[in-house]
Amino acid sequence: MRYLPNTPAEVKEMLAAIGVNSIRDLFTCVPKNVLLKEPPALPAAMSEMEIERHMAELGGKNEGAAMLSFLGGGCYRHYAPSLIDQMLLRSEFYTAYTPYQPEASQGTLRAIFEFQTMIANLFSMDVSNASMYDGATAAAEAVMMALRNDRKKRTRIVVASTLHPHYIQTLRTYLEGFTGEVVLMEFDQQTGRVADRELAKIDKDTVAVLFQYPNWFGVIEDIHAIAKAAKAVEAWLIPAVIETTALGILTAPGELGADIAVGEGQPLGIPVNYGGPGVGLFTTRTDHVRKMPGRLVGKTADREGKECFVLTLSAREQHIKREKATSNICSNQGLMALAASMYLATMGKEGLRKVALTNLKRRDCLVKALAKTKAKLAFTGPCYNEIALKLPMKADAVIDKMAAEGVLAGVPASRYYPALDDILITATTEFHSCADAGRFATTLAKVIGG
Amino acid sequence: MSYTSNGFTDIKFHEEVLFERSRPGRAAYSLPAEDLTGAEDLLPADLRRKGLDLPELSEIDVVRHYTRLSTYNFSIDHTFYPLGSCTMKYNPKINEKMARLAAFANLHPETPLGYAQGTLKMLFDLQHMLAEVSGFAEVSLNPAAGAHGEYTGLGVIRKYHQKRGDTKRKKVIIPDSAHGTNPASCAINGFEAVVLESGPDGKICLDCLKGMLNDEVAAIMLTNPNTLGVFETDICAITKACHDAGALVYGDGANLNAILGVARPGDMGIDVMHFNLHKTFSTPHGGGGPGSGPVGVAKHLVEFLPNPVVRKEGDRYVFALLKDSMGRVRSFYGNVGIALRAYVYLLELGKEHIAEVAEQAVLNANYIKAKLKDIYNVKYPNDTLHEAVFDDSKLPNHVTTMDVAKGLIDRGYHPPTVYFPLIVHGALMVEPTETESKETMDGFIDALKDIAEKAASDPQSILNAPTKTYIKRPDETLAARKPVLKYGGEK
Repeated sequence: MRYLPNTPAEVKEMLAAIGVNSIRDLFTCVPKNVLLKEPPALPAAMSEMEIERHMAELGGKNEGAAMLSFLGGGCYRHYAPSLIDQMLLRSEFYTAYTPYQPEASQGTLRAIFEFQTMIANLFSMDVSNASMYDGATAAAEAVMMALRNDRKKRTRIVVASTLHPHYIQTLRTYLEGFTGEVVLMEFDQQTGRVADRELAKIDKDTVAVLFQYPNWFGVIEDIHAIAKAAKAVEAWLIPAVIETTALGILTAPGELGADIAVGEGQPLGIPVNYGGPGVGLFTTRTDHVRKMPGRLVGKTADREGKECFVLTLSAREQHIKREKATSNICSNQGLMALAASMYLATMGKEGLRKVALTNLKRRDCLVKALAKTKAKLAFTGPCYNEIALKLPMKADAVIDKMAAEGVLAGVPASRYYPALDDILITATTEFHSCADAGRFATTLAKVIGG
Repeated sequence: MSYTSNGFTDIKFHEEVLFERSRPGRAAYSLPAEDLTGAEDLLPADLRRKGLDLPELSEIDVVRHYTRLSTYNFSIDHTFYPLGSCTMKYNPKINEKMARLAAFANLHPETPLGYAQGTLKMLFDLQHMLAEVSGFAEVSLNPAAGAHGEYTGLGVIRKYHQKRGDTKRKKVIIPDSAHGTNPASCAINGFEAVVLESGPDGKICLDCLKGMLNDEVAAIMLTNPNTLGVFETDICAITKACHDAGALVYGDGANLNAILGVARPGDMGIDVMHFNLHKTFSTPHGGGGPGSGPVGVAKHLVEFLPNPVVRKEGDRYVFALLKDSMGRVRSFYGNVGIALRAYVYLLELGKEHIAEVAEQAVLNANYIKAKLKDIYNVKYPNDTLHEAVFDDSKLPNHVTTMDVAKGLIDRGYHPPTVYFPLIVHGALMVEPTETESKETMDGFIDALKDIAEKAASDPQSILNAPTKTYIKRPDETLAARKPVLKYGGEK
């Protein structure tokens, strides 16, 4: 077995040094009745070549990975510069662990410090942590932070119903252990944004306001109105940005006066990976830094006065505070945070802006191409790179028929809103050409009539 | 090669923080030439941001920056990395290659199921294999990390008691040797953590436990072998006592490597356990993540698993939603890219080699313990499996565990976990794993012997360590007192 280096002769020497006769003598502490008589029934061991053949066969059953895809809805395929994956394969990064020993981990620590810097700047917030599991858990942790630290001990959490359904579901799960009730702000059927009248739900008992922009339908909320309503009652304003490339052009959470801003870093150079791993983003204001969950890296000096970096403010964390910790999270999505850092470093401010502008243009391309079909825009609100389409038939059926033509058309809104069974959410990114948009429109016309 | 260096020298390039390499007008991106004039007008003016502060770099700047940073790290691929409780085993290269196959990496989570059967089959088969090696009825791959698995497993326990109307059960008993995440996971689940003091042998005192069990106890959370590497020999009696009192048993799977293929937690009466794919199943630690913390449950808890679950209907793999689920714990379906690496690892081990993992891991740990126990004190010497916990009580001249750690860095080894578990003062927790050879461990043993000798003969040389690294003993107090958490953050 290539991962097990000890030879039989060495095993013998080691057993002699320990003073036992066989390896099994080392397991006498395990009760006999639970020692396995036979190893677990796994498949027969495969060689490397057999594994490659097996995985190629299995991969062949993932036809969707190679199809022309317009899938978005919380996970987006973007251009990823080649250097990212090449550099991620530096095993000095990927085979290291949490930087407990700063002298032996300056590479990881500096990379995290730079990640914190670039994410804080991207969100226009004071400070970012070293990352969370994903956007959904980051959002739930943000609400828990607000609940724990609200001076008025308020418990009403007002959430936009246009927030990604997985985020709402995850939040509800996390709230099982807390006192806090979710109140949903319904969306306007015309605009696809939170309805103006629903902002009245943000009242004096409201601890936090959580919303996503662009929202799950791809529509950009009336972010200034939501911010104003939250500020009026001094509730914690918590915007979530999942399609983070939009921040190349879109108003940043910090510009709205966010108290905590969260998001998903997957769009920043990370493959879609069937939904994970991505990287959760968590930012806040300086005065809240000691209340925030997650790892933090800070700058300091070594004994010779040289600039260096360490894990810091760990007094918040569970290995010291145990049950009184700000969270149970004890790691970050290190390698994915590194990928997002490399992406932001490579794109730079100009590149990211161009990506965002290209996304706006591609969507426009698709909107124009669709003019010749029977599909209508479902909502009037402004968008970034997604389109909610109102179809003359059930979206599920359209998706099936377009898939048979080699096109993954999008996400059916009915997956989470059964009543919206004729709405399809389609995403275009810079990854598509205008010709791809044309193929989408032609295929759709074939299915629903042009 | 001798202990004095492990071949470790100090060839390092100075490297600035990324922003200092930035020059106005540099670019490292490659996008299609396209006229973007007017594109911003597609977005209303009041939705556009003001400025964006990101560095401007060329491609070689970025590549050289990260290459240089990588040289400031110790990693498994460099050297022995015996971080106790973290199971820093070798990360096979085939795992990385397979995870990057376009057919898997480019599959979108909203792909219609009929076009994603390859990944769904992989997930289903991995669930089954993990269930088989652990003795559980079903496994969920949703949780993103070990602590997230703890959170999820405790949620399953909460749901179980809720469904039975047994709402008085708010306490979870946790031994004092447990990972800090255990009580923290209880707190965010709304449970109260109650500490159980370890017995004189480092194990759970069965009678003490029985004295604490009552109708307010929801569960006990234990790690077996525990964080001392000591196997809980009374495990079957412990689980029985808990079940008799109406409590469930949560197993922290951090130390599963000690028994993988040899014994199964499910057979010991454990009801719920999380796995750490990044420990036991060879997926990379990635400098802190991404991990993966699947949860396995016994039959009576399957209905409470997080949503969704992957099931097989006829010859088709599908997602199912459970009515009594503890809920959704994250977006989509877990860290699928990490699960795939663990799947590949299990394919390579197969039935033939699975038991050799625990056997060789336990052999290696006991070898290190035997070789060093006369020099470094072992507070709890009996019934240890995959790790050895030493302390600094035998070292002279006020040389502490922290100094030993820094001395090891100078000798080219990543230090063990230090000052944990908390019940051993000055703990040095060594977990070699099965993927290290005898000569690697001999080098490490010699290095620790050398440090102990120098502690007596030339203590200053140890107190000054490390001397070969890029930076030396950073001021952590300064970092916490005046936190600078981003570039330019001093202002």
